[in-house]
Amino acid sequence: MSAPTTEAGGFDVVGKPVQRLDAMGHVTGRTQYFEDYNPAGMLHLKMHRSERHHANLVEVDTSEAEKVKGVVKVLTYKDVPKNWYTILTLINVGYPEEVVLAEKKVLWMGEPIVAVVATSERAALEGAAAVKVTYEDLEPIFDVEEAIKPDAFPLKPHGTNYFEYEGHHCRRVRLGDVEQGFAEADHIFEFKYQSRPIEQAPTETTGCIVEPQHNGRLKIYSDTQACFFTLDNTALILDVPFGKLQVVGGTVGGGFGGKVDVTVEPISCIAAMQTGKPVKYVYDRYEEMQISSPRAAERIYIKDGVMNDGRIIARQCTLYADAGAYSRHSPYAATKAAAHMPGPYTIPNVHIDSWCVYTNRTPSSAMRGFGVTIGDFALETQMDRIARELDMDPLALRLINAYRDGDMKAHHKVAEGTALIEVIQKAADLVGHELPGELRALSSREGR
Amino acid sequence: MPSSVIEITVNGSEEEFIAKPGTTLLSALRDTLGLTAAKRGCGVGTCGTCTCHVDGEAVMSCLVPVETINGSDVKTLEGTTPPEGLSPLQQSFLDNFATQCGFCTPGMIMAAEALLAQNPSPTREDVVTAISGNVCRCTGYESIIEAILAVGK
Ligand code: FES
Ligand code: FES
Repeated sequence: MSAPTTEAGGFDVVGKPVQRLDAMGHVTGRTQYFEDYNPAGMLHLKMHRSERHHANLVEVDTSEAEKVKGVVKVLTYKDVPKNWYTILTLINVGYPEEVVLAEKKVLWMGEPIVAVVATSERAALEGAAAVKVTYEDLEPIFDVEEAIKPDAFPLKPHGTNYFEYEGHHCRRVRLGDVEQGFAEADHIFEFKYQSRPIEQAPTETTGCIVEPQHNGRLKIYSDTQACFFTLDNTALILDVPFGKLQVVGGTVGGGFGGKVDVTVEPISCIAAMQTGKPVKYVYDRYEEMQISSPRAAERIYIKDGVMNDGRIIARQCTLYADAGAYSRHSPYAATKAAAHMPGPYTIPNVHIDSWCVYTNRTPSSAMRGFGVTIGDFALETQMDRIARELDMDPLALRLINAYRDGDMKAHHKVAEGTALIEVIQKAADLVGHELPGELRALSSREGR
Repeated sequence: MPSSVIEITVNGSEEEFIAKPGTTLLSALRDTLGLTAAKRGCGVGTCGTCTCHVDGEAVMSCLVPVETINGSDVKTLEGTTPPEGLSPLQQSFLDNFATQCGFCTPGMIMAAEALLAQNPSPTREDVVTAISGNVCRCTGYESIIEAILAVGK
C-alpha cells in the first residue's frame, strides 16, 4: 500500500470531518427503513401477551379471535417447529430455554402467547384482544437475592434460578486471599449499589416484514442490529436450512443494543409461510417500552480493605445481573461484568462473584456497554466514597491504585498498554486541578 | 361510518383518494401515496418523527385524521428537497452532523422549516421550543440546534 499523501498530517481521515455514507439519504428522507417497504397484499401480525408475571396457562381460547373480520390466521406454539431456543446457542452459551410462544406457563408479563395475523393492523389488534386466556397464578419472584435462595420456586428447566457457568453458580475471579487482605487493612468500606432496568427507546420501534419469494425463500426486511443472529436463530426455530432465509438489514432507526434479540422475525416467517403472503410485525411504542428487553437491573456489593495511605489491598465484589425470565444476552453480560471488575486498579487480593439471575421480570439483554456500565458506576462511586472517608483527593486515590504496565491483573493476566495515569494527569490539567509533584511524576511505564 | 373521498395538495400535486374513517394523515401519506419520509415512531403524538406541514403549520401527522383536512395544502420532506442538491437546512444538517440513525431527521427538518418560515432569525430558545416535540435518541440535540441556528443567521 502506498503511503497516504494529504496535507492533514498525512492522513485522509484522522483529524478531518468525514461525512456519514448514509447522511444524504437521511436528510432527504430517501433512506429506506424496513417499514418504508410496502408490498401489495401485506398482512399484519399482532400478539396476545401474558397479563400475568408468573402463571400456568389453564386454557387458551382463540375461537373469538378467529371470528374477527379480517383475521386470516391464529398461531400458537403448536405452529412453531422448534419452539425452544436461546439466542447465544450459536456461540455455545446456554441451552434452549426461551419459547417463541408460551406453552404451558408464562414467566413474565408481556410474554407472547398467541399471534394473530389479519388483513389490517386494526383487525390484527382486535383479534389479539379477543384471545381469552385462563391463568392459574403462581407466586412471582422479582428480586435477584430472593430468586437464588435454595427454597425459591425454580423458574427454569435446569432447576435453579441462575445461569450455570461450567458447573458453577456464577462467573468467578480469584486473586490472592481477600480475607487476609481485609485482616491486614486499616479500613474496611462496604457499600451496596443498584440500578433499575433501562429502556433503549430507539425512535424506530422493533419490527420486520417477511415476504415469501418465488424461489421458495423468505426475504426478511428487518431493523435488527444483528442480521446473522436473526438469520441463524430464525432458521433453527423454523427448522429450515440457513439458505432458505435472506435477511435485508443494516438500516436501523436507533438500536443502542435494544435490537439484538430475535423476537419478531421467527413468528413473522411462520405467518408468511402459512399464508404465502408478506407479513409485517412491528412493535407499537408501548411494546417497545414495555416488551423489548432493557438493560438488566443490577445489584452490586463492593467490600474494600484500604490502607491509611489510600492503597486498596483487598476488594470483594458480588454482582447480580437480573436477566428477567430468559437468558438472551445476559449470561454474556455477567461474564463481561466479572471481567471488568475490580476496575482499572492493581489490587493484590480480589474475589469476584458475578451472577446471572432469573426472575419474573421482562427479559433483559444488551444496551451500550452492558455488563460494564453499571459496574463502573458502582466502582467509581466506591472510589469517591473511599476518598471522602480518608479525606483524600479522589484523583490521588485513583492515581495511587491505577494499574501500570507489568502489574498482575485480577484475571491473572499481565497488564500492558495501560494509560490510566496519563489520562488522569491530562484530565486534571484540563480542569485546572492541582496535583502534587509525586503524582505528576507517576508513569504507566514504570513498575511499582 | 362510510369512507370519504379526500382531495388534498401534497408537495404541489393534487391528490384524490378514498380513506376509511379515522385514517391518519401519516397513514395516507405512507400507505396510500407512498411518501415514506415521514415516520411512525409512536403513532400517538409523542415523538415528532411524523411531522409534516398542513397549510404551512408543522403538525404531527399521526394525530390528524385526514378527513379533517380536506382541501388543505400538505408538505412533506420529499417536497422540500430541491430537484438538484439540497435545501439550506438539509445542507446544514449534513455540515453539522445533525443526523445519525436518521429516523428523527425528516420530522426535525420539517419542524425547523416551519420555524424558519415564520421566524427567519430564531434565537436558540426559539429553536429549542420549535423542536421540543421531536425526540432524537442519537445526537443529544446539540448538533441539531446548531444546524438550525446556522441557517437562521
Ligand atoms: S409518530 Fe407521530 S408523534 Fe410519534
Ligand atoms: S438521529 Fe437517531 S433519533 Fe435522531
